[in-house]
Parts: sequence; C-alpha cells; structure tokens
Amino acid sequence: MAVTHEHAHAEHHLSFVQKYIFSQDHKIIGIQYLMTSMAMAVTGGILAMLIRMQLGWPGTKWGLAAFLFPGGFQGGQMKPDFYLSVVTMHGTIMVFFVLTTALSGGFGNFLIPLQIGSRDMAFPWLNMMSYWLYPPAIVVLLAAFLVSGGAPNSGWTAYVPLSALKEASPGSGLGQTLWLISLALLIVAFLFGSLNYITTILNMRARGLSMGRLPLTIWSLFVTAILMLLSFPVLFAAVIMLLFDRLAGTSFFVPSGIVIGGQLLSHTGGNPLLWQHMFWFLGHPEVYVLILPPMGMVSDILATHARKPIFGYRFMVGAICAIALLSFLVWGHHMYTSGMHPLVGMAFMTTTLAIAVPSAVKTFNWLATLWRSRIRFAPAMLFALGFVSLFVTGGLTGIFLGSPPIDIYMQDTFFVVAHFHFVMASAAIFGVFAGTYHWFPKMFGRMMNERLGRIHFWLTFIGIYATFFPMHFAGIQGMMRRIYSPQLYAHLKGLAELNAFVSLAAFALGLAQLIFLVNLFWSMFRGPRAERNPWEATTLEWQADSPPPHGNWGAHLPEVHRWAYDYSLPDAKDDYVPQTVPTAQVPAHRGTDGGGGG
Amino acid sequence: MNGTTKTLERPPATAGPRGPRAPGRETTFDRSSGDGPGANTAAANPARVGVWLFVIAVTILFAAFTNAYLSRRAAADWQVGPLLPILWVNTVVLVLSSLALEYARAHGSREDAAGARLGLGAATALGTAFLIGQVVAWRALAAAGIFMASSPHSAYFYLLTGMHGLHLTGGVGGLFYALWKVHREPAAAQVVLGPTAIYWHFVDVLWLYLFFILFWQ
Repeated sequence: MAVTHEHAHAEHHLSFVQKYIFSQDHKIIGIQYLMTSMAMAVTGGILAMLIRMQLGWPGTKWGLAAFLFPGGFQGGQMKPDFYLSVVTMHGTIMVFFVLTTALSGGFGNFLIPLQIGSRDMAFPWLNMMSYWLYPPAIVVLLAAFLVSGGAPNSGWTAYVPLSALKEASPGSGLGQTLWLISLALLIVAFLFGSLNYITTILNMRARGLSMGRLPLTIWSLFVTAILMLLSFPVLFAAVIMLLFDRLAGTSFFVPSGIVIGGQLLSHTGGNPLLWQHMFWFLGHPEVYVLILPPMGMVSDILATHARKPIFGYRFMVGAICAIALLSFLVWGHHMYTSGMHPLVGMAFMTTTLAIAVPSAVKTFNWLATLWRSRIRFAPAMLFALGFVSLFVTGGLTGIFLGSPPIDIYMQDTFFVVAHFHFVMASAAIFGVFAGTYHWFPKMFGRMMNERLGRIHFWLTFIGIYATFFPMHFAGIQGMMRRIYSPQLYAHLKGLAELNAFVSLAAFALGLAQLIFLVNLFWSMFRGPRAERNPWEATTLEWQADSPPPHGNWGAHLPEVHRWAYDYSLPDAKDDYVPQTVPTAQVPAHRGTDGGGGG
Repeated sequence: MNGTTKTLERPPATAGPRGPRAPGRETTFDRSSGDGPGANTAAANPARVGVWLFVIAVTILFAAFTNAYLSRRAAADWQVGPLLPILWVNTVVLVLSSLALEYARAHGSREDAAGARLGLGAATALGTAFLIGQVVAWRALAAAGIFMASSPHSAYFYLLTGMHGLHLTGGVGGLFYALWKVHREPAAAQVVLGPTAIYWHFVDVLWLYLFFILFWQ
C-alpha cells in the first residue's frame, strides 16, 4: 500500500531535528505540548508559592526569594507592584499556558488521531506551526518580568484602563504590551490547532467509526475545538484594539477625562466596559475549553477502570454540546457589578444557572457508571474520581456566584478565588493528571509507578481541599481578591491564622507535585515495559503498539464495529471488547450502540 | 501483545492511497455525503473543510470588530471621515478579481489549462492591485492629516482596512501558490483552486461589507 510504504520509507530519512524538534507527527507534538505545559506549570506554581508567602505572612523579610527575584523585593519585603505582577502572571500562565495547552494541545494532539484510527492530523505542517508558536509566546510573556516596570499588574483579565495606560501602574508599561503580543501569538497557535482537530475528526475517522461511536474524549475535544474557534477570535480582536490604544493613541477602550498624576490624558470617548464584554465573551467559553476535555477523558477513564459502559452516552454527548452552547450566553455574569441593568443581570443569571442542568446530567451519569461496579483503583481512576469531587464542590459555589444578589456581595473576594480554583483549576489539573497516568503507557511504552501515583493522589487531593476550602471563609469575611496584604484592613486582621494555614497547605501541595515529576521522569526511562493494552480498554488507541510507530497503525488501518464502551458484556469471554472486534464474533451491547447502525 | 486483541484489517484491494476514504466503497455508517462513487473529490478534501473553518474564525473576528464599531458609532460625537474615490476603484478591482478567479475555475474544470492560467493570473494581478490601492488610500489620508488617533472613525477605518488587508495578503499568497501549482501540475489545479476561491471570495465579500458599514450613514 502506497501510504504505508511512504511512511515507513519517510521514517528512515527523518533526522533527529525532524523527528523530535520540528516534528509533524501528532504524537511528538502532543508530548511537546505536554512537556512545555509542565515546565510552565512549574513556573506558575512557583508564582503561586510567592503569592502565598506574601498572604500568609505579610511584611516578612524573605532572604532567599529576595535574592532570586532582586527586582521584586525591597529590603527583603515583596513590593506591592511585584505582588500584582505575580498574581497576573500566575493566572495568565495557568489558564492559557498550562491548562489550555496541556489539555487541547497535549492530549488533543496525542489522542485524536489514535482514538479515531487515523495516521495523523489533517494538516501536520499546520500542527507543527501551532506548537512552534507556543515557545515564542512563552519567551515574550516571561520577558515581561525583565523589562523596565516589570510584568503587568492588571490581572489575567487585563481590565482597562489599568492595562491601556502606560502611566497607570509600573507594569502597565512595556510589560503589558509584551503580555498582549504573547497572547496574540498563542491565539494563532490555538486557531491552527482547532482547525486541525475539527477537520481531522470530521474527515479522517476510521472505517465504521461514526460520530455516534466516538469515545467521549473525542467528543469533548471536538466540541472544545469548536469553542476555541468561535471564541478566541473575539479576544484576538480585543487584543489588537488594546494594542492600538497603547501604541497608536486611539481610544477604543479608554474613556475621556482620565487624570493620572495631575495630567489630563488626551484619550476621548472609549468604553472600558467594551473590553470587559469582549474579554468575557472569550473568557467564559475559555473555562469550558479547560473543563470539557477533562470531562471527556474522565468519562472514558471511569468506564475503563469501573469495567462498565458509560451510563447515558447520548446524554453525555448532548450535555457536552449544551454546555458549549450555553457557555456563549453567560459572559455577563462576570460583570454584575459593572452597572448592568438588573433585567440583563437576571437574563445572565438564568442562562448561568441553566448550565447546572447539563453539568448535573454529567455528574449523575458518572455516578451511575460507578454504581455497583468493580472499580480498579489505578492512579488514573483516583484522579478521575477526584475530578468529579472537585467539579461538584466548585460547581456548587458557582450556583451562589451566578445569582446577582449574592455575587454583588462576593464579587472580587476570595470566595470567587476558591470557586474557580476548585471548578476550573483543580478539576482541570486533575483531568491532566488522570490523563497522564492513563495514557502514559501509550505515550512512552512504559508503566508509571502505581504506589507513587497513589501517594501523589492522596497528598494532592487533601492538599487542594486544605488550600482552597478555607478561602471560602476568607471571602465571606470580605477578604479581597488580589489584595497585597490582608493586614491592611481592620476587618481582615482576624484572618491571619487562616491565611497562614492556607499557605502551609499550598506549600505542601506544591511539594507533593515533586513526587509526580520524579515518577514521570523515572518511569519514562526506567519504568517496566507496557503492553499494548495495560488497562484492558476498548478504544482504538490501545490497539496500536505502545508507543505507536510513525503512522500509528502499521500496514492496515483499524476498522470499527462497535461503540467505545463494550465492557462486561454478558456473552463475552473477557470483560471488555475492543471496538475492532466484529459483531459477528461478539454481539454489541444492545440498544447502546449510539446509533452507529452496527 | 495481548492475546485477546483482534485487529480486523480491510482487504488491501479496497484501501486506496488516500487512506480510509477510497472512492466507491460501500458503506452504511459514515457521513451521509462524500461516500458515493466519485463523490469524494470535493467533500473529502480536507483543505476545503479547513478553509471553511478559517473563514468562520475570521468572520467571528470581524463580527467582534463590528460589535465594537456599531456601539461606538451610536455615540453623539460620531463623524464619518472623507470617502476617497480610490476606494471605489479598489472595490471594482477586487470584484473583477473574484470574477477572474471564477473564469479560471470554469476553464479549469473543463481541463483548459491555458484558460485557467489566464484567469488565475488576472485574479492575482487584480488582487495585488487592490492591496496597492489600499496603501495609496492610506497615504492619501495621512497626507490630509488624518491618522489613526485623529478621530473615532479614522481609528476604525485604519483598524478595519488594515486587518482586512492582512487577511487579503494571505489570500494573495494563496493565489500565487495556486498559480505555481497550476503551472507545475495542471491536473491538480481544481483541488487547489476550490479552497483558494472560497477564501478569496470571502475576503472580497468582507471588503464590500466593511466598505458599506464604514461609510453608510
């Protein structure tokens, strides 16, 4: 066959650079995305530790940190504007440069062609370009720490006018410009990625793999790619306009009559709320860009390790689509305190609370999948279960914050910080961990250490609750988000012990991640060899070698005969039937074929 | 290897060089379109799907700009700037370019390589002329003392025409690629011309739309 020979032939001639650096192989690109995201997670994590140092013991002199970050400390104490830079960069890095890139870039690239039975993405060259816009974006972003004025102070949401006027704060200078350019580069990378994912899933599925037979991982990555395609251009437009406001003197966002340092600025007639609308029109779909892929991956991991078909497959697909659709109609709930008309606020409240319905459908389906199952507690399964727990905990506070009367009180407090660190940050990172433990054998052909994985899970799970749960109480007592020191206000003085406890928990949580890093790198080189299908799973990627060769499938592409969840069929010899087994050999699970017609 | 895994392989005869979507095979489970005999050339061309998705993304980008623009022009201090005659000339040039591209496609589908080359060459030249015309318009405005920060209208004029110009430059790049491709292997012309035409007509219509909203009162 021409294709195979081409691939086998090409492999011989690929140099090291073509194979591992400027690779067009989706598996290498996926692993590149994951590794780079991990380096960025370490960076973002160190920034989080700096935040907790300051909030736990404000005013303390830190010799080592002052030595490591000489520009950010004065007399051993953290400077207020450096604190704000750290908060801004922590949020930006974690949302865009860790979770989006690891989930969509990493797992999306690695899993899509393998789970749909194709040899690669539709546009491998574009795929390579997508990854190679990411390191330049990182360099530009981190350079903001080194320029005069330092990194931006305006938070990951970059609200105008703080982000538009050079005079507004130290970080509003070149640092903010670099932040905007970096984001623009990354958006182009995401655009290339999502174009590729959608085209690949629509065009290159294996024979027999109808949309109704796709694993939920693929469904979630598919819908996520659509979300990214439809929402990131809006942020791109806003970023371009803000760059012009900063560099060309236009007034798209900057209103008239701003006086800074006794000087009246020349800007006239812009609307700062326009930035908020454009930012959150992306910003809210973006949190679903972070949570949908873990939802899909967790669905597959739960089914595999519970040895049961996923409960309510069609409703799961429907819920993914419903969440995606609703995510475009809720951005206003970030702006209840912006002077919004109460009726508009109520409309946004209605759409926001409506998201609870498909979210609850998913949660109950996960629980029903687990009901009376024989669970194998592999680390991937533990993290998948942890995901469900964190998603529910964070989702419940979302119902509070979605209602304007409560949100107007809670806005910009640590209650909000606690909410999104559970539902979006921790849950999504648990999705990354679950996915890494689950697909590591396929990526590297070796097994990770299960005992270290379990220790890592329990320390992380307890560490996350210990870190973020008390933040709810700090928020209810009025502790502001992004505040430099909780000791500045009389009403926050009683929170000193709580903040110290949270900081200690955060440090322990951070240290526990070293176990993961050691396990990952040790297993990569020294772990026991993995067989093709160590978890006895049904989906296509487990029919390829571990790790799969260039072109994935050898001489012949796989052919699909059933849906992705034929676990514990009553008539079957084993408790799982791979998607490639013909129905003539083992009949498919009746009524749950997802409309595939098999 | 796991003893229970069974990979069913397709008989080699049905697997074409383009992978699983060989034309003419019988199927009951894939997408409803694109699987009939001979139907795969248009529907299964991933470049077509990719270009359409890119068109959607660019549409969203300009929808976002439009949203900002329409909210700004509703304000009391809004004043439309001068409409330069050269913009009318540019508009005609761009529409002619789209027509020339259709001429090229019509001749290409009749396997008339010379006609395809002629139309494509004309489309490329006219597209480039449009870009030059836009730069001329900018220089004329700048000579009249109208810069980006001069007024809200001028800010949006430069923003929208500039972003459109960038996207159109990509389209001109696509036309040059198609020209090179038609020159090298005329048989593959249609595969390249189709997706290029989708994008080129899109940036053409996008210009008509921007021209309208920028100067319509």
